Amino acid sequence: MKNLDSVLAAYLAGWAIFFVYYVSVAHRMSALREEVERLKGLLNKGK
Amino acid sequence: MLKSIVNATVLFILIACTAYLAFHYAPVEKSMGIIQKIFYVHISCAFSAFVAFGICFYANLRYVFTRQPKADWLGVSAAEVGLAFISVVLVTGPIWAHPVWGIWWTWDARLTLTFVLGLLYVSYLLLRTMIEEPDKRALFSALFGIFAFLDVPLVYFSIRWWRTQHPQPVILGGPGSGLEPRMRVSYLLMWGALTGLLILLLTARYRLEALRASVEELRREAEVR
Repeated sequence: MKNLDSVLAAYLAGWAIFFVYYVSVAHRMSALREEVERLKGLLNKGK
Repeated sequence: MLKSIVNATVLFILIACTAYLAFHYAPVEKSMGIIQKIFYVHISCAFSAFVAFGICFYANLRYVFTRQPKADWLGVSAAEVGLAFISVVLVTGPIWAHPVWGIWWTWDARLTLTFVLGLLYVSYLLLRTMIEEPDKRALFSALFGIFAFLDVPLVYFSIRWWRTQHPQPVILGGPGSGLEPRMRVSYLLMWGALTGLLILLLTARYRLEALRASVEELRREAEVR
């Protein structure tokens, strides 16, 4: 079928952008959670 | 965490089903053929991006008048999610244009204004990285966000106001426009699924911003001690 590869490329590119973005949010979230734990530990030590 | 995974899985299945409908239920358009199937993801993402930038605009206005940090968190979250959606529009558009127009890109009003819209929200996010002080960062970015949103109606009306390479509107385009009923159903379902994705991403991004604010507060507390 003519241009089917372009259609598939467009859909794949779209889903790839959303997937990468979701992974980036999850990665940043996990880094921040670790930082919260580290800072809480630091503050508890200082008490 | 489990709830987020379940939500993401349900949404993934929903989007896959709507994509299946777009390919198998909606008829093949007569003049363009199968390439027109890009329409379902391209237009749905464009409308979802407008919704996200609209939320950002509302949050920016709210921050300017109330100075509530939550409005700032919502603003930056919506800007980033909107940028993801407009990136899909800017990628799928040229893939659609190439077989139909014979060119990947042209600097006509609709395409240029959409590209500028993406750049404006990239600038919004960059501006936030340049200002350290949280209140100043929130205020400056809110003011810039209000300015950036002015491009959204320009993008929407550009094909009505100016003669462009981009086709005339088929949705809300007035007499003579409109979609074949099965195409309309497929489009609306795809947009519904992508709106679900918008909500999922926005919620996740908002939580991230709330967590970032907690980290900044803990850091300040640690510095004082």
